[in-house]
Amino acid sequence: METIILFAPLVGALVAGFGWRFIGEQIACYLATGVLFFTALLSWIVFLSFDGTTETINVMRWIQSGALDTSWAIRLDRLTAIMLIVITSVSSLVHLYSLGYMAHDENFHHEHYKARFFAYLSLFTFAMLMLVTASNLVQMFFGWEGVGLASYLLIGFYFRKPSANAAAMKAFVVNRVGDFGFALGIFGLFMLTDSINFNDIFANAETISQTTIHFLWKDWNAAEIIAFLLFIGAMGKSAQLLLHTWLPDAMEGPTPVSALIHAATMVTAGVFLVCRMSPIMEFAPHATAFITVLGGTTAFFAATIGLVQTDIKRVIAYSTCSQLGYMFVAAGLGAYGPAMFHLFTHAFFKAMLFLGAGSVIHAMHHEQDMMNYGGLRKKIPLTFAAMMIGTLAITGVGIPFTHIGFAGFLSKDAIIESAYAGGNTYAFWMLVIAAAFTSFYSWRLIFLTFFGKPRGDKHAHDHAHESPMVMLIPLGVLSLGAIFAGMIWLNSFFGHADQVGKFFGIPVAEAAAHGEEHAAAATEGHGEAAAHGEEAAHTEMPAAEGEHHVAFAGKPGEGAIYIGADNHVLEDAHAVPGWVKVSPFIAMLGGLIMSIWFYLINPSLPGRLAANQRPLYLFLLNKWYFDEIYDFVFVQPAKAIGRFFWKKGDGAVIDGAINGLAMGVVPFFTRLAGRAQSGYIFGYAFAMVLGIAVLITWMTLTGGAN
Amino acid sequence: MQADLAILLPEILLSAFALVALLGAVYTGKDKLASALVWVTSIVMLVLAAMIGLGDATTQVAFDGTFVNDGFARFAKVVIMVAAAVVLIMSQEYMQRRGILRFEYPILVCLASVGMMVMVSAGDLISLYMGLELQSLSLYVVASLRRDSVKSTEAGMKYFVLGALSSGLLLYGASLTYGFSGTTSFSGIIQAVQGEHLSLGVLFGLVFIVSGLAFKVSAVPFHMWTPDVYEGSPTPVTAFFATAPKMAAMGLFARVMHDAFGGAVGDWQQVIAFLAVLSMFLGSIAAIGQSNIKRLMAYSSIAHMGYALMGLASGTALGVESMLVYMAIYVTMNVGTFAFILSMERNGQPVTDILSLSSLSKYAPGRAFALLVLMFSLAGVPPMLGFFGKLYVLRAAYEGGLAWLAVAGVVASVIGAFYYIRIVYYMYFGEETEELDTPRNPVLSGLLVASAVIMIAAVVLNLFGIDGAAASAAASLVN
Repeated sequence: METIILFAPLVGALVAGFGWRFIGEQIACYLATGVLFFTALLSWIVFLSFDGTTETINVMRWIQSGALDTSWAIRLDRLTAIMLIVITSVSSLVHLYSLGYMAHDENFHHEHYKARFFAYLSLFTFAMLMLVTASNLVQMFFGWEGVGLASYLLIGFYFRKPSANAAAMKAFVVNRVGDFGFALGIFGLFMLTDSINFNDIFANAETISQTTIHFLWKDWNAAEIIAFLLFIGAMGKSAQLLLHTWLPDAMEGPTPVSALIHAATMVTAGVFLVCRMSPIMEFAPHATAFITVLGGTTAFFAATIGLVQTDIKRVIAYSTCSQLGYMFVAAGLGAYGPAMFHLFTHAFFKAMLFLGAGSVIHAMHHEQDMMNYGGLRKKIPLTFAAMMIGTLAITGVGIPFTHIGFAGFLSKDAIIESAYAGGNTYAFWMLVIAAAFTSFYSWRLIFLTFFGKPRGDKHAHDHAHESPMVMLIPLGVLSLGAIFAGMIWLNSFFGHADQVGKFFGIPVAEAAAHGEEHAAAATEGHGEAAAHGEEAAHTEMPAAEGEHHVAFAGKPGEGAIYIGADNHVLEDAHAVPGWVKVSPFIAMLGGLIMSIWFYLINPSLPGRLAANQRPLYLFLLNKWYFDEIYDFVFVQPAKAIGRFFWKKGDGAVIDGAINGLAMGVVPFFTRLAGRAQSGYIFGYAFAMVLGIAVLITWMTLTGGAN
Repeated sequence: MQADLAILLPEILLSAFALVALLGAVYTGKDKLASALVWVTSIVMLVLAAMIGLGDATTQVAFDGTFVNDGFARFAKVVIMVAAAVVLIMSQEYMQRRGILRFEYPILVCLASVGMMVMVSAGDLISLYMGLELQSLSLYVVASLRRDSVKSTEAGMKYFVLGALSSGLLLYGASLTYGFSGTTSFSGIIQAVQGEHLSLGVLFGLVFIVSGLAFKVSAVPFHMWTPDVYEGSPTPVTAFFATAPKMAAMGLFARVMHDAFGGAVGDWQQVIAFLAVLSMFLGSIAAIGQSNIKRLMAYSSIAHMGYALMGLASGTALGVESMLVYMAIYVTMNVGTFAFILSMERNGQPVTDILSLSSLSKYAPGRAFALLVLMFSLAGVPPMLGFFGKLYVLRAAYEGGLAWLAVAGVVASVIGAFYYIRIVYYMYFGEETEELDTPRNPVLSGLLVASAVIMIAAVVLNLFGIDGAAASAAASLVN
């Protein structure tokens, strides 16, 4: 079944991509969509019936060379299972949505583009599944590059637009930087363990942590440097600070692509990688501290930029960047459960926000500037409802001190509590501030788009229309996820050690008797949401006292994630003070109130503030000038070097030499040889005699006795 | 005596067959029998090839060391026999249609082959010369087979005069060697020229012998006869010149160098490397100016001999092995290419201008593709077989300490690739011209396709094990 899940999208991609001429374009699109829904169904079956024990399913042999032994195999554990449902669910809904969204496209006239689009989407899904099911690093790298390729193809889908091509290249090039680190990490692990299989690497995790290797200019602890290098790869894919510049530009792609690739799935691959490599990360305290700090900084930084952007997709893109920062903070602190939890819930509400934005754009005839929206609430009520749910989820609306709330409420709070419990004050405050900003810009988006008076092109507003059902159904399904996903799976991701241990298949040392009760409660959890939420709330009150009655006891490689013996973040997070628990909620309220004030009560205020604080405003509007700095520091010098090698090196030296040789020197000798071949026998005999004379002379001087 | 004769059995059988066929044909149907005789001769040769190839695998020495039948000789003989037989089969229809198929032709090829077999088995300067002259005299006649054509007779004449000169050089070298070492047998010479201090007389002898042999393999600067003779001779004869005699001459070259002068590798290595470089470059550069495909193939064979000599120049067992593999591949490629050239006709008349191949791919895609494969293989483009041949000799040269020679070989092969690929260019992108005739002879088409298939299949199938055979052959020669 797992094999079918993995390869069905590939089949769909191939059939849609190469076979649409035979089966018809529309049928190809339907087929790809149908295949994805089937895959999603199977994935849910796998997820719900999975018992937490890691399995490996061999598919075929791949590369065998010396000690390198790579097979295509599926490593099925809880991490994989989570990613399976995230990917296939969002992907199938995006496929469905695209049937409506891509039905007419003004970028293509009388051309076939739909089958190509669906083929790319399915290809992406296959590569992403390959990434998450990999049982070794090379296979994972294959998927990693495969999603990069699909991302490149889809960002540049409107290949006639220069900006789309530039964005596609930017995404590709920036990701190369990250991939370089990732590849070095793989090489390092292979060097240390002689294997690239997760099982072998994890089994050796402790040994690695006691090894030092020389890298660049000094010796490092092997686990630290490997974790750091792998994180560089994650930074590229997940658009963390310094390597984030490609993500906003990637919005050049069609909106369903942004929802699937640049919000829900591909960009979370970095978080997945860090969680997957938890056995190494646990032994690398410095590298993970770096991850935490960088994640917190990214969360804050991206949120600040989100405050002032006016392109609806870019706002959401920065929001994605920021939310990824949250996940990295959790992962860096060793709270892999909350990291995956937020990844999981974020996929639903962020995909929904993007698809909702797509619906708005669709309604407004491809207008993306929020300054030209306004008052759309009545024109497109269903889209408005969906966007509201998404916003409630991302801003984290819920009832404090209970486990009732939208998905983002639970997962974001889990991360913020973990950040406090992990003892990283900097990251904690960054995240809280970012939460306020998130709330502000999310509500700003809603208010600018749906409230107030219509602005911009009157014609577009008059013709604004609700999207077709194929686009609304995915919104509906995703909104279910955005509402309930958090409450249903809270305890599995962020419960007590025994619950989390059971979910992720990590053995726990059962020290206390009442651990059993929690385990029992957790298993029931998968059905009724709200009821369980309350139940869990009751049972957890005493546990929040902070005693470690149950602890993780797995060895590295046992279970989906590894929690080190002195990693108590999870338990500590349940015991944080009340003000910590309520802080994200207050931040959210603050952002909301500010937003209402700025955009509903006093709409002229933002303009005046921007004029007052012009440097700050420009700083944010220009995205902290990262693009400009990079352009100056990297792009221009690289271009200059490239131009030098192209014009001078390749053009003048290589081409010049080759052409000179090929068109001047060689023909000269050819003519000479032709003239020597006179046809007269005495000439030929003379050449022979000359030859022998030369040889004799030479040999007399150098050979034999001399 | 009887044991000695038993060792020579294949040579004796082939000579006897040639004489019987000669007498039989003279007294009966003469040229009417020619076609049948061609077929019978090739069958006899193939049978002999099988006999030699599958026979006793030990080293046998006959007539006090004048004749050596070892693994090396057997490898060369099998290649010679098969190449001669295949070329005969290719010739039959072509020559018959043009009225130049005389019954002497297969018999002369037979006698030349006997000479070649003696050459590669020579263990003595006398038997060396005997084999060489038997081969050469037969080839002189075959070159001017078309008696009424000025070009053909001119080719035969040039070949004869220059061949006589080279024979003289060889003989002079042989007598110097004999004079200074006191023996004609290789085993005696190798003991006399052991060590660092080679006397000047032996050195002179060595250089003259090398020069004589270089003429036979058409190495620069003893190559000048090649383009004229290739162009002037009837095409089937050219095909023959380009295959079996080259193998024989290379075999003889290796045998003399290792068996007689194996103690002075450092001395002849320089000379052969020099010849190799000149041949590779001249073959590649001069071929660019050719528009006649037969002349082009002449220069191509000069360049290829340069590569084979590169293997030999390394002076190691690997070098001999690589040379043998290279020659086997070279012969196969040439058989296919000449099968194509033989079928190049327009309105029944043979054409040799490479421009006549223009846009061949449009009306004969299969043949064009087969020739493409062969041209790429000749040029040494991976993954064709020709690439691996070159790789072999380059490796041998590099491991033999002649890295500069390997680099020169690579450069020359880049230059040489031009004219091979130009043919492909004409076939696929050339302007439309009058079409060539559809080939009538299925034998030629079959050989063309078979040769092209081997170029790819042999790579997949580990060279059909040729390299293993060549390795043991080389081991039997170089101790």
